[in-house]
Amino acid sequence: MTQQFYVSPEQMMKDRADFARKGIARGRSVVVISCADGIALVAENPSPSLHKIGEIYDKIAFAAVGKYNEFESLRQAGVRYADVRGYSYDREDVTARGLASVYAQSLGAVFTAEQKPFEVELAVAEVGRSQELDHLYRLTFDGSIADAYGFVAMGGQADAVQDAVATGWNAVAGFADSIRLAVDALASARTPDAAQGPGAGNLEVAVLDRESETNLGVRRAFRRLRQQDVADILEGKAVR
Amino acid sequence: MGNLAHESTAGRVAAAATSSFSEHLAQSRPDLLPYGRTLPTGSLPPLPHATTIVALSFAGGVLMAGDRRATMGTMIASRHIEKVFPADQYSVLGIAGTAGIAIDITRLFQVELEHYEKIEGTLLSLDGKANRLGAMIRANLPMALQGLAVIPLFAGFDTGRSIGRLFSYDVTGGRYEELEHHSVGSGSVFARGALKKLWKPNLGESDAVRVAVESLYDASDDDSATGGPDIVRRLWPIVYTVTRAGARKVSERELGATVEIVVATRTAQAREA
Repeated sequence: MTQQFYVSPEQMMKDRADFARKGIARGRSVVVISCADGIALVAENPSPSLHKIGEIYDKIAFAAVGKYNEFESLRQAGVRYADVRGYSYDREDVTARGLASVYAQSLGAVFTAEQKPFEVELAVAEVGRSQELDHLYRLTFDGSIADAYGFVAMGGQADAVQDAVATGWNAVAGFADSIRLAVDALASARTPDAAQGPGAGNLEVAVLDRESETNLGVRRAFRRLRQQDVADILEGKAVR
Repeated sequence: MGNLAHESTAGRVAAAATSSFSEHLAQSRPDLLPYGRTLPTGSLPPLPHATTIVALSFAGGVLMAGDRRATMGTMIASRHIEKVFPADQYSVLGIAGTAGIAIDITRLFQVELEHYEKIEGTLLSLDGKANRLGAMIRANLPMALQGLAVIPLFAGFDTGRSIGRLFSYDVTGGRYEELEHHSVGSGSVFARGALKKLWKPNLGESDAVRVAVESLYDASDDDSATGGPDIVRRLWPIVYTVTRAGARKVSERELGATVEIVVATRTAQAREA
């Protein structure tokens, strides 16, 4: 016969939060950065197929850090939510705000009701017609939601990466400069013995193109950059 | 006991993990599906019907074209309806039959393909797309028996084999691959006759557009439910081509020029047909 010990709610929430925080800090970082051309999403990810960044809808993308199975199930749920909403109402009625609030509710419910909280942190990005209309939301394991301005860094040494992006962030930069800034920030947060930054083979980069409709004639703004394109950007060659 | 519960959880997760949007809707929001409803007995009032679609292959791809008329009994319901749609980057579909259901099935099919692509991170194969469309038409069979049939025509570029391919369907969802050309809808008999005489292997893209316009012209000549090119309102057929580069809507300007040539040639000949 096991004895149930009394644990105060404060202590239980604190334990759960510490558990989730530890799990998230163990991984590698992701940077989402808004710029003149649109929104760039940069993740340090050695796998070419297990993505941390994904397309949700026409103008909306998703980035995550933490446990793959947990954020992948959230990504798929997000795609389902957006597609059902767009199918039953209209494509323009799918917004990042609606999606982020659904994510916040699911994360909050899992945090309080399940055996263990999700060890994930999410960013939901929506590209607008102009930079003022861009939306960036950051969601944490307990369902907290924050509206970020300009950029978000999550996972691993998140604070160091966030500071590095903050010092170099420039609203009028293009994709190439912003991606280079994000990669430099990811490199700066690494331990000194691994002084070398992540190479193109270790990076997952995607963009939400602000001008996809006028330049490419496609409604879907999300575009994954090939490894060669990323390498060209890091070498300083301009790529579109 | 714990192990059993775990198994059923895993089973539930696996069962919910579908890449198909229509399956997801069937599980969670069946009311949103355009088909799968049992209709009460009674007679339907006249409904808008979409008419003729033609499709043909040419050097490097396939082309699909549809006229702009929808009819409701003996009335013209619309002169502007569009019946050919891009399904995704490498495929298009055209619809004939009950317009209301056909347009919703098209929308469902477009979301189905995009949904798969986003969930799986890769495009569905052309045969996979054709099969999904067949399944949707089969699901509509009970409604077809009540007189609300939808017959699509599907065309796409098979990136694996590097060829354009055409698929036709029957109301039971039967899928048939067509060679060279095909047409569906009320004017299809006349369009087919024109295609048989005008289609040649390895047509160029602009010649293929001309053949499509000619065949729709012939269909509209003999079928009252098919609309011919409307010179007064400047309404031309909707034409899409699909090649290695993807699906492209042929521009109004290009079609206007083609229609003018076709009409001028036929006027100059001053013949009965």
